[in-house]
Amino acid sequence: MKIAESWLREWVNPELDIDALAHRLTMAGHEVDGIAFEGLGLEGVLIADVLEVARHPDADRLSVCSVSTGHGDPIEVVCGAPNVTQGMKSPFASPGITLPNGLKLKKSVIRGVTSHGMLCSADELGLGDDADGIIALPDDAPVGAALSEYLGLPDAVLDLDLTPNRGDCFSVLGIARDVSALTGAAIDDPTPGPVDPTVTDTQAVEVPQAECCPNFAGRVIRNIDPAARSPMWMRERLRRSGLRPIHPVVDITNYVMLELGQPLHAYDLKQLNGTIRPRLAQQGEKVTLLDGKDVCVNEDTLVISDDSGAIGLAGIMGGLSTAVSESTVDVFFEAAFWPPVFMAGRARSYGLHTDASLRFERGVDPTGQARAVERATGLLLEIAGGEAGPLTLTTAEEHLPSHKTIRLRRERLANVLGLTIDDSTVVGILERLGLAVHPADDGWDVTAPEYRFDVEIEVDLIEEIARVYGYDEIPESTATAETPLEIVTESNVDLEQAAWTLIAKDYQEVITYSFVDAESNAALSGVDSELVLSNPISSEMSVMRTSLWPGLLGATAANVARQQDRVRLFEIGKSFHGQLGSHTEIVRISGAATGPAFPEQWGSKSQSIDFFDIKSDVEALLALTGAASTVTFSGAEHPALQPGQAANIVRDEQVIGILGKLHPRHIKAFDLKGDVFVFELDAALALASDVPHARPVSKYPLIRRDIAVVVDEKIPVQELMQVAASAAPELISAVRIFDIYQGPGIEAGLKSVAFGLILQETSRTLTDVDADSAMSAAVQKLKNKFAAELRE
Amino acid sequence: MQALSELVQTAASQIDAAADLAALDAVRVTYLGKKGELTARLKSLSSLSAEERPTAGQEINRAKQNLQDLINARRRVLEDKVLAERLAADAVDVTLPGRGAHIGGRHPVSRAMARIEKIFRNAGFGVRSGPEIEDDFHNFTALNFPENHPARALHDTFFFAGDNLLRTHTSPVQIRSMVEEGAPIRIIAPGRVYRCDSDQTHTPMFHQVEGLVVDRGISLANLKAVLHQFVESYFERDAELRFRASYFPFTEPSAEVDILWEKDKWLEILGCGMVHPNVLEAAGVDSEEFTGYAFGMGVERLAMLRYGVSDLRTFFENDLRFLAQFR
Repeated sequence: MKIAESWLREWVNPELDIDALAHRLTMAGHEVDGIAFEGLGLEGVLIADVLEVARHPDADRLSVCSVSTGHGDPIEVVCGAPNVTQGMKSPFASPGITLPNGLKLKKSVIRGVTSHGMLCSADELGLGDDADGIIALPDDAPVGAALSEYLGLPDAVLDLDLTPNRGDCFSVLGIARDVSALTGAAIDDPTPGPVDPTVTDTQAVEVPQAECCPNFAGRVIRNIDPAARSPMWMRERLRRSGLRPIHPVVDITNYVMLELGQPLHAYDLKQLNGTIRPRLAQQGEKVTLLDGKDVCVNEDTLVISDDSGAIGLAGIMGGLSTAVSESTVDVFFEAAFWPPVFMAGRARSYGLHTDASLRFERGVDPTGQARAVERATGLLLEIAGGEAGPLTLTTAEEHLPSHKTIRLRRERLANVLGLTIDDSTVVGILERLGLAVHPADDGWDVTAPEYRFDVEIEVDLIEEIARVYGYDEIPESTATAETPLEIVTESNVDLEQAAWTLIAKDYQEVITYSFVDAESNAALSGVDSELVLSNPISSEMSVMRTSLWPGLLGATAANVARQQDRVRLFEIGKSFHGQLGSHTEIVRISGAATGPAFPEQWGSKSQSIDFFDIKSDVEALLALTGAASTVTFSGAEHPALQPGQAANIVRDEQVIGILGKLHPRHIKAFDLKGDVFVFELDAALALASDVPHARPVSKYPLIRRDIAVVVDEKIPVQELMQVAASAAPELISAVRIFDIYQGPGIEAGLKSVAFGLILQETSRTLTDVDADSAMSAAVQKLKNKFAAELRE
Repeated sequence: MQALSELVQTAASQIDAAADLAALDAVRVTYLGKKGELTARLKSLSSLSAEERPTAGQEINRAKQNLQDLINARRRVLEDKVLAERLAADAVDVTLPGRGAHIGGRHPVSRAMARIEKIFRNAGFGVRSGPEIEDDFHNFTALNFPENHPARALHDTFFFAGDNLLRTHTSPVQIRSMVEEGAPIRIIAPGRVYRCDSDQTHTPMFHQVEGLVVDRGISLANLKAVLHQFVESYFERDAELRFRASYFPFTEPSAEVDILWEKDKWLEILGCGMVHPNVLEAAGVDSEEFTGYAFGMGVERLAMLRYGVSDLRTFFENDLRFLAQFR
């Protein structure tokens, strides 16, 4: 909300400059987002009287005017404004002055006539965007006076970011009340009292559901001057508050809303049919709003109706059919209290957000309606004349918010704040805030005014005291707590360690969005995500990912497109599975790699990454658990992966992850080139760890025996290794593969696999006999199981 | 026959002159070998009388020892020379880059988050997590956001069908943890959160760290202390903070915390407050017996300040050239 300093100071005038005042408001919860200074650079602009207006001899659209600034000879100026008239008061700038828009004035000859200055428009003076004509000041504007002084400029405008709990602060009055409480400066209410009626006309109002509208104030004003215009001072205040002057009646309702916080609506009385009834809408009822849009209303929304049907959305926006216009002469003002419970979320449900709905949703003063109508009436009579009827009030006391008395305990206050504030300060703060305070045995009984919707329980009072007292004044004190040591598990590897292992393997961590494109997700994970956002940012971010690969491959492709030839990325994050209501979230460790296995370097040939490079990276992660030997890899089929280069990672017969080479169709889809390898692990399963259990280390020498066997090429080496090791488990401590060969000398469809058997005993030195028998046992087993031929 | 002393002198000069180990060995053979001159002289001792023999023998042995020492010394010199030559031939250009794999790096947001976690763990805070797909109850209702409350609208929530949504803050973990563990409790909850907002200063996904301490006698003064200590620990310097009154439905009193970043320039870094009694009650904690504080900080914001990142969106562009700066 924007609020002009000059307007605020009319209500409360503390001895603080604007920066100090803004700071005080900010610290007390009304954050000042910015201070703008209006009306700078108007030095030298004076109020002039237009003495004569004559047509320019050589230009139809120009006038030659004689103007006076009160002393000296009349000044001749050429003016292009269509609205210039004799006797008009308007701002005048003489040669030598630089206007706020940067225009430096000088004496100039316009089509043969010398112009000694300029009559100015609002646009030229930075006082609005009206550039169609010069500013017409009121007839009583003092000729020769400085314009800025006359308009109260320059003026600071505070831009306040008000919190949703303080509906009472959406007005000059509301902010003035808080400034008064914060600074001790008294409120000086500048508004006049009630206006006596001069006619007896009233508009019939009936409230069928009193709980929807516990207070409704109305008033008829007849015979206003339809040609009246809003005075300069009001236009200026509206403008500085961010509103455009529209029509005197509308301007007045806006002005009163800004001043007192109570939104009003003005009807063209002649357009109303019969009795006004605020009520809940019938489902599907239609209203054409002021802005010309048709709305189909839901039954949870309050409307204003007359005998013709709904004529406006209560507290949100009035209707077109009864709106005031240039020809309106009879007006009906309405100010109602629409309880927040009937307003919350309604405007938004129609895509609307108005100054009125903003205030009603947060709660306006339930007793402020009559005052607002009185204020509007007074202003209208002043500006456009007319005759006021009596104020009519329809009130249902029983439905007005009740203000409870709240007990504030002295001890609780001190405990919550960690500070003891003396009684007189507490009472002073509460009373300055307009709360009624009565002493009680352990503290005070406090009653909040009607407009404080946010004060309901004890802690609300504690907050008020802390806020006004100043959070800065509360000391810092470290809480001491018993913090028993928690059990620290060693049964899984923490994600931090996993991350650093991948980093050591030359992977860069990335963070990609949890919501992805539905199609890409399905193609890469083989499952349609059933977790679909109702309001995604875009269709590319519409479903919850069931795999981290879509994001990782997107990031990979983006980096390749940025001329990175070697990209190795990992992400630790959740994937989302199942249906709403029973979904699961699984923490994944996933990676993608493309380009050379090693960065370009001297002394070694660049080699593209292959399956075994990435497998080794995954094995490094699994090795952290100390249980890598229990993990096996088995060929897998997966929609994202190339057949024959895809493996499930299995532990205890459970698939804990998958890795492989990205299928060429996905390489193409992501506009990638070259091979891409990916992996994805279920972090909880993959990082489940065994506590190490120490075994004695053999003091005796080891013996190595190498053998090479020829087997069918389809037999997985992992099985050969397991079978070989099982031939003499007590002797064979490791099996190493040192060569795989296919080619000349080996029949097609077969392969030669060369093993090193590492033999060692913990209790004695092995003999060659031991070694030979273990080796032949291994060969025999391989023969039996795989029809392996020993290669000599 | 040549005098022994002359012989030794000649030998010594030959040892000195030996240019390599082979030449030195030839000198050794000449004098000390089986057929060497000194060996020969020892053999000829038998021709001397018994009286002369011990003296002459001693002299020859002394000469022999003398030569052996000289040879050894010369050998060491020559050996050192050979080694030095071999090592010189083995020298490399130490300025050539090392070979092998490089090292990757942590994402700056993870790096900042790990740092925040570490600071609080050191102070005895447990670390908790919760689901990212939340329900309306945990994300709003239990946190004292009544239905249709204007504060809900400020959250720009991503919805699914029904009452499911993507959590808009990490605060639901407060509720889940208190329900599970009761009070006293002392935890942080780091994680991803989501808001339906995307522009220069907003990304639809970001990270928060929630903090919650509920115990007997917890006060706003305790909250001020812990946050001041945290900020100084995180930025590794003295920091001036200001606590501005604010409003969050789930805390009261509530505050936003600004840090004095440069002269007269306050930057908002987190939100906090005393846990609202309604929140304690919703989680089954007696709000008369216990009080608590809670805070929530944006990790991206803290990472931006710590690492001098000026554009929030770069965190999610995952450009290696950007990320490589944070290893």
